Amino acid sequence: MTAVLETRALDKRFGGLHVTRGVSLQLNAGDRLALIGPNGAGKTTFVNLVSGVLAPSAGQVMLAGEDVTRRTQAQRVRAGLARTFQITTLAPHLPVQRQVELALFEREGLTGRAWRSIDAYPLLAAEARALLGDFGLAAHAGLATERLAYGEQRLVEMALAIALRPRVLLLDEPMAGVPQGEGARLLAALAALPADLAVLIIEHDMDLVFRFARRIVVLAEGAVLADGTPDQIRRDPMVRAAYLGA
Amino acid sequence: MNAVTGSAAARCAPAWRAPLIVLAVGLVAWWVLPDQLGLVTRLAVTALLVLSLDLVVGIAGLATLGHAALFGAGAYAAGTFALRMHPDPLLGLAVGVGAGALLALASGAFLLRYSGFTFLMLTVAVAQIVLSLAQKGRDWTGGDDGLTGFTMAPLLGRFAFDMEGRTAALYAIAVLAAGLYLARRVVDSPFGLAVRGIHENRARMAALGTPVFARLLAMYTVAGALAGAAGALSAQTNAIVGMDSLSFALSAELLVMLILGGAGRLTGALIGALVFTLLHHTAASINPYHWLFIVGAALMVVVLLPPQKAWNWLRARMGATT
Amino acid sequence: MQTLLNIGIDGIAYGMVLFVIAVGLSVTLGLMRFVNLSHGAFAMIGGYAAALLTREAHWNFWLALPVAVLGTALIGALLEALVLRHLYKRSELEQVLFTIGLAFFLIALTNALAGPQVQLITLPPLLAQSVDLGFRTLPAQRLLVIAAGLLVAAGAAWTMARTRFGIWLRAAVDHADTASTLGIPIRTVQCASFAVGAALAGLGGVLGAELMPLEPYYALKYLVLVLVVVAVGGMGSIMGSLVAALSLGTIETASKYLASEWGSLFFFVAMAAMLALRPHGLLKR
Repeated sequence: MTAVLETRALDKRFGGLHVTRGVSLQLNAGDRLALIGPNGAGKTTFVNLVSGVLAPSAGQVMLAGEDVTRRTQAQRVRAGLARTFQITTLAPHLPVQRQVELALFEREGLTGRAWRSIDAYPLLAAEARALLGDFGLAAHAGLATERLAYGEQRLVEMALAIALRPRVLLLDEPMAGVPQGEGARLLAALAALPADLAVLIIEHDMDLVFRFARRIVVLAEGAVLADGTPDQIRRDPMVRAAYLGA
Repeated sequence: MNAVTGSAAARCAPAWRAPLIVLAVGLVAWWVLPDQLGLVTRLAVTALLVLSLDLVVGIAGLATLGHAALFGAGAYAAGTFALRMHPDPLLGLAVGVGAGALLALASGAFLLRYSGFTFLMLTVAVAQIVLSLAQKGRDWTGGDDGLTGFTMAPLLGRFAFDMEGRTAALYAIAVLAAGLYLARRVVDSPFGLAVRGIHENRARMAALGTPVFARLLAMYTVAGALAGAAGALSAQTNAIVGMDSLSFALSAELLVMLILGGAGRLTGALIGALVFTLLHHTAASINPYHWLFIVGAALMVVVLLPPQKAWNWLRARMGATT
Repeated sequence: MQTLLNIGIDGIAYGMVLFVIAVGLSVTLGLMRFVNLSHGAFAMIGGYAAALLTREAHWNFWLALPVAVLGTALIGALLEALVLRHLYKRSELEQVLFTIGLAFFLIALTNALAGPQVQLITLPPLLAQSVDLGFRTLPAQRLLVIAAGLLVAAGAAWTMARTRFGIWLRAAVDHADTASTLGIPIRTVQCASFAVGAALAGLGGVLGAELMPLEPYYALKYLVLVLVVVAVGGMGSIMGSLVAALSLGTIETASKYLASEWGSLFFFVAMAAMLALRPHGLLKR
């Protein structure tokens, strides 16, 4: 079976800084993979390379067997790759519902249509409302995103990625900056992700990692230190030395 | 536009509403001010031009100081067409629209590779280059003396352009209403929403799969078409096109009109154009420099008002939807 | 050959004027992140002050010049301390709007006070003559302009690299909060830099009065050129501004001599090309 996401010896240098060292990784449909590692290990850089925000110095990125290394971020999204950002990246003044509808319009290839009103797509509007309902945000559909609580904004971030119906989902620290009380809904949303979706999550919260992940990859100084089940990782002496031990 | 509580996003107003109001107001003005029809025409033309700028600045979020080039291109194209090919106004209007759109497409393909201050300065460069070309090509453009010598044929074959400007004013108001309708439909479409999304957060739109460059270029071209229409109107109703239609001063004035009227909502562009053209008209007839006192003071006061109040007011002006 | 030399000298002189005016704007834009579109007004104020002092009050040019420059510095400092400092935290657009408004206001004020006609500065006999350099003679005024430009460039470079003030300035820009906890007097640095920028603009206004006639619209008319120099040279890069000003000034002068019916086409084509190839400035990566 072809991996739905594969990187082959992905490498990135910034001048003298070798940030990503030959990372080869495979992700299959339904995987729940957590990418962990100390700060500066290159986790977000890796996600940026996979999603197309950065171009690699060497190596390849394959989506369902197709080489997408030369493709732009937008092209990769259309090929089934979605991601969230560590720092919430939303259009601050657009109402939440419109943001989700925008994701749906983009998914359906409708943003080239310049005549019909955005209110004339009842099916997509209903889908948007349903999705917001799944995330418990229905009551805030009309509010501008900047007016939401931070935890709720992170939920919108995730909802937008889900709306695109991706095959691969990259979550960059979804819990980052979320106050104690607001995390429960995010955790529930994570648990409710579609079963056939391949998910790669970067997280520092070890509780979440061990609860959510069925496979863990440890990144240190840009290279893969270990790749295995949560139990294997917990017991791996190298990992304990480099990371978990502290 | 929007909800303090909000279990649903506010629906867009029907696209025909604002244009209908414009038509109504315009007709009333036409009826009630038969001696001021030149001014009414100028108001309509300026409103259309500032409206086109709103698409670029308010909707797409691209600060430009070179918008006059699109206006001037439409004006010179329509004037040249009337002079050398055919004096029919509607054909000339189409030519003006085409010229504005073409210049926007060509320059936008270069300009939109840049952003921020660099983009702003490059828009100035492009506009000045167009101005220099117009000065060089004085055999075609008439140079500093302007392009003259063309008379427009009757509109629709029946309504001649009369000395009092009755036909011209109605023509300009009609084109303005049509332009507003087009702009409204475009802005309230999925395309318009995507462009607004790009304005607010480019990274977010790229993460949704939007071809950002293509969308911005398309909006810039639409704006160019409307600016070209305004230019054609100006050429046809004045029967002259001057170098000032390509000037930096015009670009700057348009931007000021838009911001003070409120960017991002389309109606703000009309209000800004209306209020400031009237102020300018009144002040300038006393002393050209008085206008600068008024608008200069107005700008400074607007920015210096108590921060919270001014901030909310200014944010609303700059097109916040809440 | 003679023409080429003329182009060279006039081009460099023009470039120097642009540089001297642009330096202050580059500093406030690049280092203080403050968009000041009223910068051209300082050049105008300096020029007007010198014109009125020499022509109306019959002062000696060599006295009027420093007084005009210092006066402009004072006005700049007052403006910064009383009004503009409140705008540093505001958005770019607000800064643009306010400073354009200020420029409009100053244009109208200048007209109200001094009328719309062009102001001439009475040059001293020393500057009115030509200097024999051996291989050719040059108007002394041009030599003064070029020398002044070089002095300003050297002075600015030395200040930034060698003096405490220069270090303070760079620190204040990169990390204003940290800098103030280190005891660097941020407000003084900001006000002083702004005042110096204004003074230099005033100097440029006086030096360039022949090439850029002093009249009320001066404040905005030449703003575009100055903005171009800052953009091409790179915000905050003094050397970048120098290179940009000299190259663009020479191109503009050359086109005036050789292809005047093309207007400023070559200037803006060159500018667009330089900016397109190096969007962050000529000397920056």
